[in-house]
Amino acid sequence: MSTNAIASPRSDSAQSPKYTRSKSSGSSFEMFAWLFMRLSGVILIVLIFGHLFVNLMVGEGIHAIDFGFVAGKWADPFWQVWDLAMLWLAMLHGTNGVRTIINDYAERAGTRLTLKTVLFIASAVIIVLGTLVIFTFDPCPPGAVIDLPSFCTVP
Amino acid sequence: MWSWVGHRITGVVIFIFLLVHVLDTSLVRVSPEAYTAVIGAYKNPIMGLGEAGLVAAIVFHAFNGLRIIAIDFWKKGPKYQRQLLWGVLALWAVTMIPFLIRHLTIVFSNFFGGH
Repeated sequence: MSTNAIASPRSDSAQSPKYTRSKSSGSSFEMFAWLFMRLSGVILIVLIFGHLFVNLMVGEGIHAIDFGFVAGKWADPFWQVWDLAMLWLAMLHGTNGVRTIINDYAERAGTRLTLKTVLFIASAVIIVLGTLVIFTFDPCPPGAVIDLPSFCTVP
Repeated sequence: MWSWVGHRITGVVIFIFLLVHVLDTSLVRVSPEAYTAVIGAYKNPIMGLGEAGLVAAIVFHAFNGLRIIAIDFWKKGPKYQRQLLWGVLALWAVTMIPFLIRHLTIVFSNFFGGH
């Protein structure tokens, strides 16, 4: 690249005239994070492309999606495991990606800590919520009448 | 360099959608009515175009991710990184054209024609 239109993060700039961050801690966490992004990325391509194909391309596409559609899928352990793996891998992959961006662009140590604290709390809440929803889901909730899957016996 | 910028921007966009998407799907735990009402919002044509944009971002991020893996692990990856980017853009177009035809047909025909 002959000219750099966009300066690399953490390079010399008006905000950070020279690199002042503390040196690497010696832990191999960053190497595992780097490897995790590549491994989870490959698995996520399969999981997400499959998810998009089944939910958007097959049958009536997005118009077929209602409560009964989700209930029908999660009645099958195959789709429970599929969606659980997708939830965890996508959330960890996305959280680590945003963590990298925060580390690159937040110049002050306090700003980085604050942003990453918000990120980790939000991610933990979403992962726990999504996991609970997949495992505590009732496809035939009592009292419900609309959009139920066909296998529910409505009184 | 622009592929790197694009990878970061699409990554953040997908992550923000993912947070919202887990929340909207969680409404199945509230009631069938609540879930069906909110998911109904995804079916109007403006949201349909948004979904097309989201899928375009996901497909680019996916194929460019494979390119990054090739650059990191394949001996000749760094040498051919520019050609690999053209490959990414070609695969992106080949994937997006049938997707857009199918998805936009579903979104617009059901909106204007009804069931």
